[in-house]
Amino acid sequence: MSTFLQYLIYGLQLGSVYALLALGYTMVYGIVGMINFAHGDFLMIGALGTYFIAQIFTRFQVNSTFPMLIVGVIIIIAMLMTGSIATGVEAIAYRPLRNKPRMIALITAVGVSMFLENFPRALSFIGPNPRSFPTLFSTNRFSLAGASVSVTQIIMISLAAVMMVALYFLVNRSKVGNQMRAVSMDKDAAALMGINVNRVISITFFIGGALAAVSGICYASAYPQVDVYMGSWLGNMSFIAAVLGGIGDIRGAMLGGFILGVAQIFATAINSTLGYAVGFIILIVILLFKPAGIMGKLVMEKV
Amino acid sequence: MNVIKIGKKALPVVIVLAFYWLVMLLKSMGIVNNYYIQVMMFAGINIMMTASLNLVNGFTGQFCIGHAGFMSLGAYGAAIMTTMVFHGKSIPLAAQTPVFLLGLLVGGCVAALVGVLIGLPSLKLKGDYLAIVTLAFGEIVRAILRLIKPIGAARGMIGIPNYSSLAWILLFVMLTLYLLRNLIYSPYGRAFIAIRDNEIAADAMGINTTHYKITSFCIAAFIAGVAGGLYAHVLAFIQPDSFSFTKSSDFLVYLYAGGSGSLTGSIVGAVLLTVLPEVLRFLSDWRLAVYAVILVAVMLFRSEGLCGGKELPFLRIHRTSLYEGPLFGRKKKTGQNQSRS
Repeated sequence: MSTFLQYLIYGLQLGSVYALLALGYTMVYGIVGMINFAHGDFLMIGALGTYFIAQIFTRFQVNSTFPMLIVGVIIIIAMLMTGSIATGVEAIAYRPLRNKPRMIALITAVGVSMFLENFPRALSFIGPNPRSFPTLFSTNRFSLAGASVSVTQIIMISLAAVMMVALYFLVNRSKVGNQMRAVSMDKDAAALMGINVNRVISITFFIGGALAAVSGICYASAYPQVDVYMGSWLGNMSFIAAVLGGIGDIRGAMLGGFILGVAQIFATAINSTLGYAVGFIILIVILLFKPAGIMGKLVMEKV
Repeated sequence: MNVIKIGKKALPVVIVLAFYWLVMLLKSMGIVNNYYIQVMMFAGINIMMTASLNLVNGFTGQFCIGHAGFMSLGAYGAAIMTTMVFHGKSIPLAAQTPVFLLGLLVGGCVAALVGVLIGLPSLKLKGDYLAIVTLAFGEIVRAILRLIKPIGAARGMIGIPNYSSLAWILLFVMLTLYLLRNLIYSPYGRAFIAIRDNEIAADAMGINTTHYKITSFCIAAFIAGVAGGLYAHVLAFIQPDSFSFTKSSDFLVYLYAGGSGSLTGSIVGAVLLTVLPEVLRFLSDWRLAVYAVILVAVMLFRSEGLCGGKELPFLRIHRTSLYEGPLFGRKKKTGQNQSRS
């Protein structure tokens, strides 16, 4: 039982990383209708950016840990920075292609992803070598019903939950959220109603990038190593999570992320390669029975 | 007149033969070394992969982003056949060719069979969801190959005889292009294009869309399997991780940068983008960043691909000469029927 609980906690920890990243995928897909393959690299930029921001703040360190206030500042700077980069990528690479076939934008996204991985790699002060991530959160452990839980894990899972609730209210209760939902339903009609579609899409990418940064900080706090390629497979898994939950649906992305995280940890406990494959197997099984994911609605094509 | 026609038909063969002769001449002069020849061989394999992907993505309008999965099945199928069943390194020279061809055939058939198996349930899914399933398929194949101990698991398979030569690859590239060109301009190809342009309308016209989609998947998987077999016998070493999603996305990039729906585009895309990273080697660390910038620039400024909607003469059949015969024949028949009734 305590082993089960232990795995469940690890699963939720990984799941919160996936869920935060999947939110970005699902929002971009819901509003622009493209799969942003570069989204995983926003996670990398968030984590790597946090590493360098934390370096600037080193003199605030007490006993080689940061005070909570500074951690908050670091996270917010990283979120703003990654969000701005995401918005910039959208403006430069995706906006000119918005009315072209979707595959074109997807290939551009592959190109952008390659650039985002290899440009920092070529910069001499970043380079290809992995770096150890600073400890932002306390690593104290305590035992809960026989399972050992660290403060980092609690902070990660609750941070993810807070972000998701905030996003849910932003999309469903605020004016910007209203506009987002309008654009996702019908871009042209929304534009006719006086909504600035470009602005809404920029905001969507900004939020997606900011969430990816949080996700990157969470991941790097749990597995404290950052390098320029860390985003690509995490991005793939989160994409799977988004599809699993029903791409385009915010609750689906959260659910899919947690399901995938927990399933992956339990399968990894059996065999490490199986852990990697289990996500894809779950995906295929669910898509065969519910072709639009768990939460997604199948849209009938009309002539 | 007849001589000119035959001459026109033989021209691509002559060009390829001349190319091969030139390469061999330059090699004997020492200008072209083995590294260049290996790049050419990879370019050829990439042409096969891209052209077969073009059949699914460009002509049938489906959305396969796990093509490297079929390639890995073909590579492992062929390598198991030549290395483990026939012990390719220790057999006499005369027996090598049939064993190699048998291996390629087995690799292609394994890939095609799995193509049908994966196609049957997943072609119910449309658009992006199909894409995800093909992606998942490619990764599952990779994960399974990593688990099988006798073929080296994650460490990969070594000791594969290096049977592939530039001549073999050129031959298979030509066969692939010949097959695909004739397929695309056949009734099958017109059905594929009809499905791409509007699936509902194609269905309404009586085209069995599921059948044609699976056929297209199956043929593409077969070609990808053969290409994988060739790949295994170039490198003499394969490992599951070299057929990851990155590889699949490479083929997608070749396809769409070259121009989807155009066989010429597949050739141009595959050759240019295989050679470009090698040419850019002098940039060392900046190589892939520059490559990515070039790729994004191509997509931004020529988003239909380099050869979008264009075909070289020998990859094109003139529409008029294609339709004139049967159309006139049918007209006469209907005329006769009308007079009879």
